[in-house]
Amino acid sequence: MTIEKSKVDGLVPGTTDHLVDGAPPKISNAPSARFTSAAANYIDERTSISAVVKEFGRKIFPDHWSFMLGEVALYSFVVIILTGTFLTFFFQASMAPTVYDGSFVPLKGVEMSSAMSSTLNISFEIRGGLLVRQIHHWAALLFIASIGLHMLRIYFTGAFRKPRELNWVIGFVLFILALGEGFTGYSLPDDLLSGNGLRIIDGMVKGFPFVGTWISYLLFGGEFPGEQIVGRLYTLHILLLPAIIVALIALHLVFVVVHKHTQYAGPGKTNDNVIGYPVLPVYAAKAGGFFFIVFGIIALIASFFTINPIWNYGPYDPSPVSAGTQPDWYIGFADGALRLMPPGLEFVLWDHTYSFNILIPVGVLGLFILTVLIYPFIEGWVTGDKREHHILDRPRNAPTRTAIGAAGVTFYAALWSAASSDILATHFQLSIESVIHAIQALVILGPIIAYFVAKRVCLALQKKDREMALHGFESGRIVRLPGGEYIEVHQDVDEYERWKLVSFHEYKPLMVRPNARGKITAPQRLRAGMSKWFFEDRIAPVTRADLEHQKQLH
Amino acid sequence: MARTSRKANRRHPLATVVLIAIGLAFTGGGYALFSSTATADSNVAASQATVEEGSKLFAANCATCHGMNLEGSAAGPNLLGVGAASVDFQVGTGRMPLAMQGPQAMQKPPQFTEEQTAALAAYVASLSPGPAVPTDSQIADTGDATNGGELFRINCAMCHNVAGAGGALTEGKFAPELTGVDSKYVYEAMLSGPQNMPVFNDHNITPEDKRDIITYLKYLQNNPSPGGFELGNLGPVAEGLFIWIFGIGAVVALTVWLTAKSN
Repeated sequence: MTIEKSKVDGLVPGTTDHLVDGAPPKISNAPSARFTSAAANYIDERTSISAVVKEFGRKIFPDHWSFMLGEVALYSFVVIILTGTFLTFFFQASMAPTVYDGSFVPLKGVEMSSAMSSTLNISFEIRGGLLVRQIHHWAALLFIASIGLHMLRIYFTGAFRKPRELNWVIGFVLFILALGEGFTGYSLPDDLLSGNGLRIIDGMVKGFPFVGTWISYLLFGGEFPGEQIVGRLYTLHILLLPAIIVALIALHLVFVVVHKHTQYAGPGKTNDNVIGYPVLPVYAAKAGGFFFIVFGIIALIASFFTINPIWNYGPYDPSPVSAGTQPDWYIGFADGALRLMPPGLEFVLWDHTYSFNILIPVGVLGLFILTVLIYPFIEGWVTGDKREHHILDRPRNAPTRTAIGAAGVTFYAALWSAASSDILATHFQLSIESVIHAIQALVILGPIIAYFVAKRVCLALQKKDREMALHGFESGRIVRLPGGEYIEVHQDVDEYERWKLVSFHEYKPLMVRPNARGKITAPQRLRAGMSKWFFEDRIAPVTRADLEHQKQLH
Repeated sequence: MARTSRKANRRHPLATVVLIAIGLAFTGGGYALFSSTATADSNVAASQATVEEGSKLFAANCATCHGMNLEGSAAGPNLLGVGAASVDFQVGTGRMPLAMQGPQAMQKPPQFTEEQTAALAAYVASLSPGPAVPTDSQIADTGDATNGGELFRINCAMCHNVAGAGGALTEGKFAPELTGVDSKYVYEAMLSGPQNMPVFNDHNITPEDKRDIITYLKYLQNNPSPGGFELGNLGPVAEGLFIWIFGIGAVVALTVWLTAKSN
């Protein structure tokens, strides 16, 4: 504000006198207010920040619970950074052998790496160390879980459509990096569990023909486990990965501001506006408060529930593998894929071992991840839609997309559950073979069933919406007409309600058209085929004409 | 002088007590000596009456599958040489008699009293020698927990889990949870290798090592996790389930609350 004044001070005589005097503008008489305005003025005159505050403070965010899931991820990440910094003060990322001499009796005198011994010291000797360790680990689990949920919200509401395709890619890369952060962190304490996890990674790397063994030796600095890996993972865990994540989060948020937030369809909400609360004061207060709520939930969980009791696992030793050895939940899908592979897929050809029991799961998961990464571009190509979309879809109004999503979720969930096959077997008194066979079937059949069920449910819900928009809802009032006929009186939905039911876009299958040279190319056929697959079964939204027509009938 | 002579003639007030104590010590000690030499002599001579009772119980409850002379049948294994330890474990934990044929014998409330179990054990041991029920000193939790922990991780954890939470085996079999299991049964299980468990005989894991393992297990049992509730000691699966149900559940509930329209 004042910067504008000083720019025009020559033209506005009224303002020049305090500027000449050097006295602050008289806004309030209270000393604190005078100090605040003076300080604000001081900063603003040197940084021109008022323009940013003005712009950003008036930024509007729509209100819906599902829009806050990304915030949960952000806040858990802040918690992770805070607690992680504390942990770096005491953790020694070294595999040099040492003899434990701390206060945990059953490990006294055991030889272990400095990494393990310092993690035990964080847990038992450093004041508050165990709590911080547990907050760090629980926050990591929540971080990735909330990213997953956030991603599902974006997917099922179609928020990844133009102009937000790149932000979807950034977000998904963040998810993969978060998995990397999680896995490197899990491996740092050098306890039995983390060592076994690394051994699986080592096995996967070695499963690649020709180069696998070389890469493994390079990674571990010699034969597994070597004395290098913890130090290397530590560098990734506290330096490289967090730096990339912070940069990408910043970019992700810049895009949110640039694109403006999406909103659900509703009266007065259009593709060109955003209806909600401004950042200042409402949203900033809510978001700030929400940070402490998330931190509070994590701190409560961490105070009451043990996570990763490394003192039970003991130091890493390549010979023992504990029953119930699992990765943290977010790596579970990969572990499950390995568990589900049928035996007999490994063979030797010309002195080289081909481990298809490893290559197939790695390939399938790679393909799955790639498909999710580029999905916005696939859908954009199929619909041929180049318009910007700022109004979110209700999942039922995009039946094929929702069905594909349901199939993907089922596929992921089946792999994920396979990672706990042994626990399912013991706790439900099943044989582990039947659990594995059931999940093998589920991985293949589950997505297909989920696809058709989800698609039909979406279409049925759309039909119901159309019915509601045209004929209103059943009021439950039965009326007998003079002629003896009974009818149930339908009551029209109100206009606000109807808006939600009718405002969506109808896509139709694309026609195959010859290009300029009069040829129908293969990509065009493919595109037409996919478009047919997406939009052949569809329910048309109720139009104004439909409504008028319906009115005349009554 | 007079005082001492008078004292010499009088019995001390506690003399009777001392005399009785000495008498009891002699008879009791003598009896103990006799009975211990009797057991050391041979399991058969333990008590003919006990063996006799065990024989009857065996014929009525076990012989259908294990045969009248412990020779076994298609339905149950040969019991020659399994020893008292095995009988005490199987019957004392309720695994035997079987409720039904299945992948493995399930634990249930024991069907026999301690005396009856001891009688069965004495009977089985009387027909052919085998590992005996451990003494109290063998299962005392006064060993070296560190050594026990290392041995446990190397020998036991792959089936029973590092924290003794149990784990799955093939074809519906499983390694049971070890928390709350009586030290005697842990020792007997190592000695006799019940169900699918391998035998850890005294050459493999010495009695001292067995005591160390028991000490470690008791340490875990008596010292709850410093980090709070243990979630069944099931590791990352339980942790993941917890964060998805309670962590995400709480967070979503609060987002709904934060964005709720005020009425």
